[in-house]
Amino acid sequence: MTPASADPFLKSSHLLGIEHLSVGEIAALLDLGEVYAALNRGAKKKTDLLKGRTLINLFFESSTRTQSSFELAGKRLGADVMNMSVKTSSVSKGETLIDTATTLNAMRPDILVVRHQDSGAAELLSRKLDCCVVNAGDGSHEHPTQALLDALTIRRRRGSFEGLIVAICGDVLHSRVARSNIHLLLKMGARVRLVAPRTLLPADADRFGVEIFHDMKKGLEGADIVMMLRLQLERMSGAFVPSTREYFRFYGLDHEKLKAAKPGALVMHPGPMNRGVEIDSAVADDIEVSVIQEQVEMGVAIRMAVLDALSRGLAVEGRSARVARKEEGAP
Amino acid sequence: MTKRIAFRNARLIDPASGLDVKGGLLVENGRIADVGPRLFNDAEPNDPEVIDCKGLVLAPGLIDARVFTGEPGSEYRETLESASQAAAAGGITTIVVMPNTEPAIDEPSLVDFILRRAAATAKVRVAPMAALTKGFGGEVMTEIGLLQEAGAVAFTDGDRTISNARVLRRALAYANTFGALIVGHAEDPDLTDGAAVTEGEFAMRLGLPAAPSAAEAIIVERDIRLVEMTGARYHFGQISTRAALDAIAAAKERGVAVTCGVAAHHLALNELDVGSYLTFMKVKPPLRSEADRAAMVEGVASGLIDIVVSSHDPQAADTKRQTFAQAAFGAIGLETLLPVALGLHHDGRAHLSHVLKALTASPAKIFGLNAGTLAKGAPADLVLIDPDEPFTVRESELKSRARNTPFEGRRFHGRAVKTFVGGVCVFDRRAKA
Repeated sequence: MTPASADPFLKSSHLLGIEHLSVGEIAALLDLGEVYAALNRGAKKKTDLLKGRTLINLFFESSTRTQSSFELAGKRLGADVMNMSVKTSSVSKGETLIDTATTLNAMRPDILVVRHQDSGAAELLSRKLDCCVVNAGDGSHEHPTQALLDALTIRRRRGSFEGLIVAICGDVLHSRVARSNIHLLLKMGARVRLVAPRTLLPADADRFGVEIFHDMKKGLEGADIVMMLRLQLERMSGAFVPSTREYFRFYGLDHEKLKAAKPGALVMHPGPMNRGVEIDSAVADDIEVSVIQEQVEMGVAIRMAVLDALSRGLAVEGRSARVARKEEGAP
Repeated sequence: MTKRIAFRNARLIDPASGLDVKGGLLVENGRIADVGPRLFNDAEPNDPEVIDCKGLVLAPGLIDARVFTGEPGSEYRETLESASQAAAAGGITTIVVMPNTEPAIDEPSLVDFILRRAAATAKVRVAPMAALTKGFGGEVMTEIGLLQEAGAVAFTDGDRTISNARVLRRALAYANTFGALIVGHAEDPDLTDGAAVTEGEFAMRLGLPAAPSAAEAIIVERDIRLVEMTGARYHFGQISTRAALDAIAAAKERGVAVTCGVAAHHLALNELDVGSYLTFMKVKPPLRSEADRAAMVEGVASGLIDIVVSSHDPQAADTKRQTFAQAAFGAIGLETLLPVALGLHHDGRAHLSHVLKALTASPAKIFGLNAGTLAKGAPADLVLIDPDEPFTVRESELKSRARNTPFEGRRFHGRAVKTFVGGVCVFDRRAKA
């Protein structure tokens, strides 16, 4: 099964973030994601849409789940997938990120998926490479496919975003997942709340057009969706919060705090989870409320949708440059 | 034989004396022999060299009191020679160079090295600063007396703040024994650790590590208290926030002998210029909010900010072609210092003479330099300025060895046409290269 339309609906040839996507582009990506979600549940999961195309997964920061999700998405679309894990030390020794980019460019990939610990890395690469660049997470900036897969999960459960109250809880300060989700949810008409201690919220966070809560129960009151964020281990002891047990007491999601949310509220987490830190196992494993496994499933579907959408631009450019000239009778 | 150059038909601006008239100037043996409104008015001088200024501004050569070079240690970034060529093209006749080299300029023989290299290679005058603490360690003070004898004009740890107030207090008190000038950098090192930009909405959107702008005022206020205790001569190398300016204004009001400078890029750019992670916009302290930028312009216009500097900091491709967080701080600025400063005049914020004062007489006074004036007998360090000439900054046309200008493609009005050091022409824009 191949999507009927091959309309290149994305304006940019890269997916660097959600901030500059339009509502129409987001909706179209989600629609395409639905198609691939259905395909992935069938027996024959493979298409040849990207046959002959090369996809490079360039990960400067290790992430088993995002990398394997992109790898699977690429393979199911028929692309040749190469995984490159780069240890930061070898890059910082004299070689600049741009040197790495030009080396990769010479290998002529069609799509580059990049994960990097610094904000702006995907943008920098997109300026120096001829291929499509997909941001698989850059520093504390954006993680657009995560927000898209979250949105697909929400839309499948709730139908639309209009008027939904989404509470994003935890380490917003360092979270690219939070930034991408805030952009996406606000664009699609949801109301967004941020719930965190003051040390884990950026200065001027309210300028995003969100509501800020420091008391988790108040923040969850009437929420349709509770989106938990991962608290990085190195930020737990003393630097940003005094201890994991204090964090869990005030900001860990358990059934008691979840009661404040709307009955039937969904619980989400981008993974990997710190059980007993930001989320209680009893909530994480409760299939009545938790959609965490579905998020992983939608991850593969939405990444297929993104690769599909970007490759349409590739095909069009390729034809216009070569075929069009032939058609005009040029040598 | 006496070597004479006659400048006629100039608009003479000497901020030190308040002179701003049409007239002429005579140079004899590298010094200003005569100057005034009636000079060469009636008769054509019979000198072998006559320069018709055609009504352009003739002013004292500019002094840039904050210049980083790469000599010694990082000559691939910038040498004293290449910095001096860029300076000459920017109308600057004296550069006060920072001691932040490898090794740090923290002992007399190294000050001597800078002066000898400058004499041998530089086209403009070079006034070296020395480190305030050994190796910029922030712990052990340098030999301030001996360094001063060797020719250091001031003492600074460059873009590092001395975090230990006890060390700074003693260094200030000791420096005062010798009447030495201390140049401080105001950024709380702990608050700014790892930060690349100013905290706020824009930094949050970009997801960049950020520090609050108050990190500057916190140190400014601390240092002012220490200066009041010790009576030392103290200059804030560059400030960038209204809060810092307010603290300095209050101190000046109380009669504390502190002065301050501002970098040209903090007058012309704000945090939004970082745009999509442009590393050439990564400077230290970082670009600030528009309100802070406007406060800096106001500060120069009111005179509360004493001088304008370039904070010229040449960086090579390997340190700038990185992600924003990993890229080095610094922007070159010798050739854009005057055009940026002239913007205040064109915008009607300050009189031309007032703008030039912050680039000539004021830095000369603060750093104790025999320069920055058109007075008879002074060295003939001069700049001929076309204050209205429009031009666009092209990185490829800059003389600096480094390319990291934050003003690429930006349009300005006014720049240096000719530059003279000791009566010798070191730059002529009209001359074919």
